Amino acid sequence: MAEKISYKSVFFNPLSKDNPVVVQILGICSALAVTAKLEPAIVMGLSVIAVLAFSNVIISLIRNTIPTNIRIIVQLVVVAGLVVIVNQLLLAYAYDVSKQLSVFIGLIITNCILMGRLEAFAMSNRPWPSFLDGVGNGLGYTIILVIVAFFRELLGSGTLFGCQVMPQWLYNHGYENNGLMILPPMALIVVACIIWVQRSYNKDLQDK
Amino acid sequence: MNKQSSTYTIIYIIVLVVVVGAALAWVATALKPEQTKNANADKMKQILAAVHCAPANNTLVAETFDSRIKGIVIDEKGDIVDNAVAFDVNVADQSKEADTAKRLLPVYIYSDDETGTKYILPLYGQGLWGPIWGYIALDSDGSTVYGAYFSHQGETPGLGAEIEKPEFQERFVNKELFKDGEFLPVTVVKAGQRPQGNEDYVDGISGGTITSKGVASMLDNCLAPYKNYLEKLTNNND
Repeated sequence: MAEKISYKSVFFNPLSKDNPVVVQILGICSALAVTAKLEPAIVMGLSVIAVLAFSNVIISLIRNTIPTNIRIIVQLVVVAGLVVIVNQLLLAYAYDVSKQLSVFIGLIITNCILMGRLEAFAMSNRPWPSFLDGVGNGLGYTIILVIVAFFRELLGSGTLFGCQVMPQWLYNHGYENNGLMILPPMALIVVACIIWVQRSYNKDLQDK
Repeated sequence: MNKQSSTYTIIYIIVLVVVVGAALAWVATALKPEQTKNANADKMKQILAAVHCAPANNTLVAETFDSRIKGIVIDEKGDIVDNAVAFDVNVADQSKEADTAKRLLPVYIYSDDETGTKYILPLYGQGLWGPIWGYIALDSDGSTVYGAYFSHQGETPGLGAEIEKPEFQERFVNKELFKDGEFLPVTVVKAGQRPQGNEDYVDGISGGTITSKGVASMLDNCLAPYKNYLEKLTNNND
């Protein structure tokens, strides 16, 4: 790489200006599936951060040895290996959460953010910036997941992290949990609202 | 060295796969004991849930389970099968065995001073999207339902998934499996309807019809082979 890349922008851009979920619209499928409650959303976010950071570093380390015509396969093998390890760790140390996440940890393999970052960044950058890029993008993904899960759990179940936060008197006055919030379509709508809010703040992102 | 040659590519991918494979094998072996412990604790938790018993953590679960539950395996005639451990019987496989005479039937006998003796029977069936399973606890008369626990893999949240909620499970309490001496497992029907037969029934879940039917056929299929055993319990009590 001839041009000097700024570590700061590599890390912070994905958090907002170049967010993988709401700007690049990648990884939407899992964002819809695991955001009915905060706890699984956070564990999912942490898993993606771990897989993304380490696969970025590994691919970056071996980037000059990878034969170009099988590079996608090499990336997939590395990602799949890491995902299985994360899944095994969850089964051993966070069994209840891993039961809730069920197949979605395995589906990290197909998360477009991973392939996107490996192809676009790790294949052409040194390990340290690749690591920052992985953590940054993972965090960008996690932030959106947590925001979506916050609203869905609060309005859908009246709880946060499984604790009741909606006061009982509200229910006594006829308030009801919004069952629709639990279902996947509402995740899509909440994500759309976040995109809307973000684009009205960030004029650069608006389509001309 | 030519990195685009076929030889290089093939050797590269072989080395990569061996390295990744070895790493995975090592991780899986290293974590196996911990995972088995979790899976077992989870199963114990579910069994205890059928008798409304919810210990706070995994250590307590194992202690409670070991001290209060005795597992036996019976056959269709109601006789005890000696060389089988109830906890290790795979209920999913057994419930698919069409010939009920060949099935191994685990019974978990729970007893403590307050609640007395309860018989917990495992259940396994199909919901709409995937497997559903559960445990049903019977009073010592072998007929009255003391408690029920259901869980599922991927039923629709808010609809079929409601079977794992206590509201649904509580509906089974105090239902009878024997009606006028006849063995009729509890069934699940649409709210407001009645079953055709004389059996006890509970209301199903609105919007979760297929899952509710799955629960009904799971109860039928899994409880039917216990008939002789439960009859013995009933007769002992009379």
